[in-house]
Amino acid sequence: MIEVMTSNYAAAHGARLAKVEVIAAYPITPQSSISEKLAEMSVKGELHGQYILVESEHSAMSLLIGASYVGARTFTATSSQGLALMHEMLYWATGARRPIVMIVASRAMAPPWNIWGDQMDVIGERDTGWMQFFCENNQETLDTIIMSYKIAEDRSVMLPAMVVEDGFILSHTFEAVDLPNQDDVDDFLPKFNPELKIDFNDPRRFGGLVMPDWWSEFRYRIAQDMEGAKKKIVEVDKEFGKKFGRTYGGLVEFYNCDDADVVLALAGSAVGTAKDVSDKMRERGKKVGVVKIKALRPLPAEELRKLNDMVPVVGVFDRSFNFGHGGGIFSEMRNGIYTPDGGPLIKNYVGGMGGRDFTPKHMEWVFEDLLRIKKEGKVDRMIEWIPLRDGTGRWY
Amino acid sequence: MPKFTIPKEEYVYKGHSACPGCGTPLALRYALKALGPKTVLNFPAGCGGVILGLWPGYAMKVPVVDNAFECTAAVSNGLRAGFEVKGVEDAYVVGWAGDGATVDIGLQALSAAVDRNSNIIYVMLDNEAYMNTGIQRSGCTPVGAWTTTTPVSNGKGYNLTPKKRIMDMMVANGIAYGATVNVAYPEDFVARMQKAKDIKGVKFIHALAPCTAGWRIDPSKSVEIGRLATQTGTFPLYEVDHGKYSLTKEIKKRKPVDEYLKLQGRFRHLQKEAIADIQRLVDEEYERLLYNVKVTNG
Repeated sequence: MIEVMTSNYAAAHGARLAKVEVIAAYPITPQSSISEKLAEMSVKGELHGQYILVESEHSAMSLLIGASYVGARTFTATSSQGLALMHEMLYWATGARRPIVMIVASRAMAPPWNIWGDQMDVIGERDTGWMQFFCENNQETLDTIIMSYKIAEDRSVMLPAMVVEDGFILSHTFEAVDLPNQDDVDDFLPKFNPELKIDFNDPRRFGGLVMPDWWSEFRYRIAQDMEGAKKKIVEVDKEFGKKFGRTYGGLVEFYNCDDADVVLALAGSAVGTAKDVSDKMRERGKKVGVVKIKALRPLPAEELRKLNDMVPVVGVFDRSFNFGHGGGIFSEMRNGIYTPDGGPLIKNYVGGMGGRDFTPKHMEWVFEDLLRIKKEGKVDRMIEWIPLRDGTGRWY
Repeated sequence: MPKFTIPKEEYVYKGHSACPGCGTPLALRYALKALGPKTVLNFPAGCGGVILGLWPGYAMKVPVVDNAFECTAAVSNGLRAGFEVKGVEDAYVVGWAGDGATVDIGLQALSAAVDRNSNIIYVMLDNEAYMNTGIQRSGCTPVGAWTTTTPVSNGKGYNLTPKKRIMDMMVANGIAYGATVNVAYPEDFVARMQKAKDIKGVKFIHALAPCTAGWRIDPSKSVEIGRLATQTGTFPLYEVDHGKYSLTKEIKKRKPVDEYLKLQGRFRHLQKEAIADIQRLVDEEYERLLYNVKVTNG
């Protein structure tokens, strides 16, 4: 059934269809309408579990960890400051091997205050051991939530997953979304049945003190299972495609890349803009491609390394910036692509932060700049903020 | 043979790593004797979890979840929600947090769990400072006490902030049931837990447990000193059942507070005047309690 809705509503429907059993909710812009929609679904009896209003994002994540220990499927939503407040418990969910799924409507970190789209919040949580899946459109938000449970709850994975939708650009924009029917989702997504949970007949302790002589083994298990998740992500994406007719490339999608002279790698809603611009430029004979980073964690390094043989120039677009370093996706791309034998020329374009428009016109400028680099054979400026105001109004 | 009212079953194993004379294992034993085997405990950072020992073993017969410092009530609520959606009705969920983890860093989550009338037992194991990190002052450290962050030099520097009136705050917040218990009064401890366990809503148990290292006391004296805390009125035993206060241990004639203070190294710097001030404080707090008993039963 096709309905027109925002990505936030699509997220709420995703959680409903996944039959989440415990939801912890706390408001923050631009996520709030997810919590509101879930409240409405709950009061109408459309949800299968409990909808609990907590007093902070920290308690939201803590509560879900508790519920997940009993074997409940859990869900929450947050943004920006709320995600940062959860930070401690994000590590906890990972270490406790709780496959919680959370959507983040990504938003700028204050100060100064800014409630608009920006990926600095989610980039800041790369190291917490959560899988991170970025969405290009509202349909993908819904589908990714359903797929995330299947991936996260797999006994070979058992790690939490963060689904990222760009604040406002997706969260508050209406698009047509195909709502799968419940029977098909039930068929695709088995009930959560963790191997280890609270069991009074087989009492265990979860999270007790581990000394240095065993600590690394605990971390190594997570590292291994996060690696293993790559295979599972691709599998689940294919299976989803068979069942629902939509796939998202698994970990990474190469679009118009086969014979490309240059490509632009990016994550989130701007992928759609880049694909459109790439199509239009190709009509004019300009061979530009798009690399859609679907999964930032686990980082699909093997797939990204294919770019070494595919193109001489790679651009990376970022809606975030690590001060003193570069864009978040940019540093990931460099880590992913480069081998001891080197790699393609690479340049970072930083823009669209704090809700600043990043239009097809800007995107075309980026592709033209990459084509110029290919022609000149060198990168004159590794990081470019675009568009940025100065006295002359020029872009730098 | 004397008749014992305390259940014989043990749910805390030998071999835990508490210091000799520590009050916490006593509190854990008494609580679990009252609650039985279908109980899950969750511990934030603190001695409570640490003394259960190292992975892969732990010195307890019931499931245990460890959690971060400030989230005991939220995790407990989550465990309860999990049991509810899974249709498990006969399990007890216990959040077991220290005084710092409760009245300082964990107060927000606890208050919200009370707002939600979450069906949990919350035990605040009060040893009157951050003992696990090395005896730093908490909101439950009494006036006059030395701690490592209220060090005493030339008779000055000891803690001057009054112990937070956490029970009154919890009562104002709307807990279903509250009780103070003391490891030196095991039968009362078990009786209060047995009463609390099947009441619906948040049951807030304020448990006093002497810390030999932090209180600077002889390990053989912790029960004696615990008793003196109640006998002097420093830590009176009472319950608050749906808002009604009542004494659970009547002390006909309270002993002078000096008898309690002088056995503890953490108070050894106190001069006569300061002790008189503390006596006045204890008297005032005790009068407040009697007033609460009177007005809530009137």
